[in-house]
Amino acid sequence: MLELAFDARRSRFHLQVKCSLASEWTVIFGPSGTGKSTLLRLLAGLEFSGPGRPPQLARVCLDGHVLTDSARGLWIKPGRRRTSMVTQQSALFPHLSVLDNIAYGLKSLDRASRSSRVEEMLELVGATGLMDRQPRDLSGGEAQRVALARALAPRPRLLLLDEPFSALDGAASDALLARLQAWASENYVQTVMATHDATDALAIAAEVALLCEGRLAALGSAADVLALERQRLALRLGSI
Amino acid sequence: MDWQAFALTLKLATVTTAILLAVAVPLAALLVLGRGRWLAALEALATLPLVLPPTVLGFFLLVLLGPRTAFGRGITVLLGHPLAFSFSGLVVGSVIYSLPFAVQPLVAGFAAVEPALVDAARLLGASRVRIVASLLAPLARRSLIAAAVLSFLHTTGEFGVVLMLGGDIPGATRTLSIVLYNQVENFDYAAADRTAAILLGMSALALVAVYLGGRARGGSRA
Repeated sequence: MLELAFDARRSRFHLQVKCSLASEWTVIFGPSGTGKSTLLRLLAGLEFSGPGRPPQLARVCLDGHVLTDSARGLWIKPGRRRTSMVTQQSALFPHLSVLDNIAYGLKSLDRASRSSRVEEMLELVGATGLMDRQPRDLSGGEAQRVALARALAPRPRLLLLDEPFSALDGAASDALLARLQAWASENYVQTVMATHDATDALAIAAEVALLCEGRLAALGSAADVLALERQRLALRLGSI
Repeated sequence: MDWQAFALTLKLATVTTAILLAVAVPLAALLVLGRGRWLAALEALATLPLVLPPTVLGFFLLVLLGPRTAFGRGITVLLGHPLAFSFSGLVVGSVIYSLPFAVQPLVAGFAAVEPALVDAARLLGASRVRIVASLLAPLARRSLIAAAVLSFLHTTGEFGVVLMLGGDIPGATRTLSIVLYNQVENFDYAAADRTAAILLGMSALALVAVYLGGRARGGSRA
């Protein structure tokens, strides 16, 4: 269970969200610029809520563990939240091989465990042949697969995905998403995925949170929350 | 050619550069990764020697490290000798005087590293020390080299601070720039030509080596 409450301002943008996400997989849906990425960064502990920032409401609680509570001045560092995040930008470390990128967050494991975890993750994301490659030698889609493997390797409790499959074609994206959903379910990883693509949101059997101009407009099943988007897509397909 | 002064200049520049890198890397990382308004004051303080006349800085240090202040008296008791007019005193003065030349390239280099990479490292549990060692330093390699070369050359040619704080003691504080000054004062222009040529040659060679290294790696000039 992920409970979150934010009232955060940055220049003209105002994000005001309060909800509890109980589903294993939640899609944050909304047009560009509506605060999806900011919301994920707040959940990851990367934005606003750090020490030295002006006081505002920020509270994140995962399975009863408080990760951020601005009222109490509590802020768990990003690396200690058991939270991983993958964004559109793969952000692979350019001077490290694929192997070293994925192993970066596995410092506490011994060499053998680290190596087997890297192999397991590469297999999961369908990138087994890339282990010794450098990031500059990867295509956009390969880089996103590796970034996903790197994020999953430390076995997070909360996985945040910010349009992470934008460089993959539809079929590859669907296949990877299905494997990822199965893995997340097996490993009890709660996932929050931001997207502005209605087909992505509808394809995943998930809870959908509709975000409009920094406010939570609706929260429920994809069929209910995205009924209008569904109609719009059906009309568009019908006109082809 | 005053080989004693030449060796002392090289020793001073080497020791100063080593200390500066040890100080400037964490300082630059703090300025780039840290949060808070006090960091602006810290950056201004670290840049101050750039705009301060060297003789003024030398005078302040001479007073601070001398017997007129409690700090200076404490240092004298601790070391058994005053820092002023000694090689150690020159090192202290040079480190402060050349600090901006080490910090500024590093701040620029660290700040140019993609923030998304730093975020990724933070999410993967990297401490600040690990972020600097495994990410910022390797990715800002050229800035590290630039900081080292600038610090070395700036120390090699420094005059005002050296004269104020160290005076002109052969083997202890007489550097090449002091030798050059003495040669000009004595109208020995032939010797002054040679000393100036050595200082110029050292600077030019070091800069050419840095730029050649950058071009060989095919790195951008940013």
